[in-house]
Amino acid sequence: MRTFLKVVGFSFCVILFYALYASYGIPQVKPEAPPVEEKLNLGSMTMDQFIALGDKIFNGKGTCTLCHNPVGGRAPILDSVASMAMEHLKDPRYKGKAKTSEEYIKESMVIPSAFVVAGFGVKGTNDTESPMPNVTTGAIGLNEAEVDAVIAYLQKKAGQEVTVKIPTGAPAGKDEKAAETAPASPAKKPEELVAKLGCGVCHKIAGQPGVLGPDLTKIGAARKEDYIRRAVLDPDADIAKQCPTGPCLPGVMPKDYKDKMTAGEFEMLVKFMANSK
Amino acid sequence: MKFSKKITLTFFIILFLVLASPIILNITSKSSVFSLQPLSIVLAEEVKQDAAAAPAEETAVKEDKAKPAYPPAPKLKESDYPKVKGFNGRIVIWLAAQLHLWFAAFVLAVPIFVLIIEGIGVATKDERYDKMAYEFIKISLTAYSITAVFGGLLAFSLIVFYPDFLKYMANIFGSTMLAYAFLFFAESASLYIYYYGWNWLKHGFKKWVHLTIGLILNAVGTTLMFLANAWVTFMMSPGGVDAAGVFQGNDWAVIHNFLWNPINLHRFVANVAYGGSVVGAYAAYRFLSAQTRDEKAHYDWMGYTANFIAIAALLPLPFAGYWLTAEIYAYSQQMGITLMGGVFAWLFIIQAVLIGALFLSANYYLWCGMGRSEGAVRYNKYIKYIAFVIIACFLVWFTPHTLVMTQAELKALGGPYHKYLGPLGIMPAKNTAVNIMILFTFLSFLLYRRANKVATVSWAKYGNIAQTAIFAGAIINIVFLGVYYGYFTNTVLKVGSSVPQVASTLSVIIFCIIIDVLMFKGAKDVAPLKWGNVPDRSQYALFLLAVSFTWLMGLMGYIRSGIRQHWHVYAIMRDNSADAFTPTIGYSAQIVSIGVIIFMAIVIFIFWLNQISSKKA
Repeated sequence: MRTFLKVVGFSFCVILFYALYASYGIPQVKPEAPPVEEKLNLGSMTMDQFIALGDKIFNGKGTCTLCHNPVGGRAPILDSVASMAMEHLKDPRYKGKAKTSEEYIKESMVIPSAFVVAGFGVKGTNDTESPMPNVTTGAIGLNEAEVDAVIAYLQKKAGQEVTVKIPTGAPAGKDEKAAETAPASPAKKPEELVAKLGCGVCHKIAGQPGVLGPDLTKIGAARKEDYIRRAVLDPDADIAKQCPTGPCLPGVMPKDYKDKMTAGEFEMLVKFMANSK
Repeated sequence: MKFSKKITLTFFIILFLVLASPIILNITSKSSVFSLQPLSIVLAEEVKQDAAAAPAEETAVKEDKAKPAYPPAPKLKESDYPKVKGFNGRIVIWLAAQLHLWFAAFVLAVPIFVLIIEGIGVATKDERYDKMAYEFIKISLTAYSITAVFGGLLAFSLIVFYPDFLKYMANIFGSTMLAYAFLFFAESASLYIYYYGWNWLKHGFKKWVHLTIGLILNAVGTTLMFLANAWVTFMMSPGGVDAAGVFQGNDWAVIHNFLWNPINLHRFVANVAYGGSVVGAYAAYRFLSAQTRDEKAHYDWMGYTANFIAIAALLPLPFAGYWLTAEIYAYSQQMGITLMGGVFAWLFIIQAVLIGALFLSANYYLWCGMGRSEGAVRYNKYIKYIAFVIIACFLVWFTPHTLVMTQAELKALGGPYHKYLGPLGIMPAKNTAVNIMILFTFLSFLLYRRANKVATVSWAKYGNIAQTAIFAGAIINIVFLGVYYGYFTNTVLKVGSSVPQVASTLSVIIFCIIIDVLMFKGAKDVAPLKWGNVPDRSQYALFLLAVSFTWLMGLMGYIRSGIRQHWHVYAIMRDNSADAFTPTIGYSAQIVSIGVIIFMAIVIFIFWLNQISSKKA
């Protein structure tokens, strides 16, 4: 019986060590919540809102930044893709049918192998085959309006004229069905709401690691509820002086968060931030 | 040819086929690692062939009106998932599946090496092997019924919590599920005959009948695992269905999906290593409870053999894991980056700690085992250097690439990477470290192996020089490849070092073993080996090995399943339940730990049962 107890005690201590190490020795990054299918109200959308939608998809549902980021080096950075498009169209290796920058970006999202930037092709194919999936199928599954929104965002980001027109019709049938069947219930927890809105793309908040905008993990210690309310509804009303990457700039944070939350969700978010001290 | 020779030959041919079945299956697979063409070209060709064949297949489907029409993958709402008060469906499924897998891995692995040990006993005519093999299978028999209990619990849990998902899977895998049930009967029958007939079929021709039953047992068990793997891998890389998830009617296409063979190989090797570690813990338990010297000697020998099996299978395991990861990237770069570059990346730091614990405990056990031999004194001085290299490699493997920091720390460091340690976080550095760690573990084994022997062949000096040269050459090659590919090529080519590094490591193991076997043939013993002459703490190293392995399997099982994220069947059937989110690392670790505690409690209880069953009144 003594051996039995010693062995049980030893095994338990080893398990406890691993559990504690994984819980306290490793950063507890909170993964983003699953993407929620949203029914887009395109008819009342301004171009700025449409571009902001593209930004959100690019950094969220589209999972574009998984590969198109400066860290991994797995895919080209797309900051200037709209201005580079015409050069790529003239490249002898180009095998698509696009004529304009807009068509080129769309083609790259749907038929990625039409042109592969040198050095980013599937190994052994001499840059004739892209490892990128068609973004309208599979796990990403963007609809036509979402693809257009990303194009508008990329054109804007490159400082080019946005040529994309906001689609007037509803998204394609398949996605409409998905939107109907997907859960659209309000977020129950602040963390869920933060993940749904994508705040963590820029801000450090609720376990999300954003480093572009101000750190909001202790915002409640410096600001009151009224200020926070105004900052969410009208982000340019007050601009913080310093962001982690340099001075904070006006016009960066989307202004349409009021359209993306219920009143109850909004109050929950404000209370959560005010209590973050 | 004599009859017994014919049987021997047949036996080894069948044994080879069973053990090599994952490799043989792989040769016919879509993306063969053994193909001389680059993987991407193989895949591109397959896609072209599939595309060319598609119209003909479509016509055939249209013409064959007798074929049943299959439904698309259902689009579920949160309310489609039944709720049972007081239970979280995902946690119940998680624990039931993991406990079933732990026990299944154990009961599938043990008969593999029991058959080999029994075969060695027949070849050497040494009764001890037969006795040990019997004791091993006895432990797995108790665990067999528990495996079935957890399998039943898993099936019922799926019916209760995920009925629509199970219905969809049953529509596609109905025939394989029935085949699985029949094979389970076949496995039970062969296991019971193999175990209960051990003494009845012990001598002469009957022994060959017994070995053949053991072979059938392993063939059935391995097939069972391959079938279950098809269900699991279909959820990750679905094949044989269209974009809406409609089954196209081809059973082989859904079984032989993209990740099936890599998982088959990885699980087969991992099961053997895992089975070895658990029976090692059993031997340790019996050693610690032993009352006589003979008993201690027996269980010391048993523990050594189990540790040898675990380490022999552990050494190639990282390579099988690497192939699996490469195939995940090849199937879906998005899934691959989620695995290695997303939130799951931090779990690999925990994996590094666990594998570091495995290597250190296995080496420590070997070093303690030097106490059995008087001749080992000659090699004791090298152990501290081996320990230093293994710990250094472990620290490299353990170093993360990106650091999570506060703003102030980020500013002070000038970015998310440490100036000196950051470069050690990339895969080529880790590949280099793990290959060297494997080589030095192998060196520990070589020193242990020759500790009590003195070579008598005339060329012993040159044999030692050749072995040293092979080791040195391989280490230089591994380090050069790691540095060159890691820091002087672009990202896409960074992993290019892995294959030649692995080839170097495997070459060292193969050539050094050949030289060693030839060099120590007919060698003199320094003194009789003193089995049982090891400190008690060495037995806790065996327990550390078993517990770490169990925790590691739980962690990797979670990662494999978790990278599907919010999909039941990746990109085909979405998980819209309330629990579709990916949990934090701490939460996952706690669930894994609860599972390990339950598993170890049952396993130690089984050890105790076996101990009391062998006591005489």
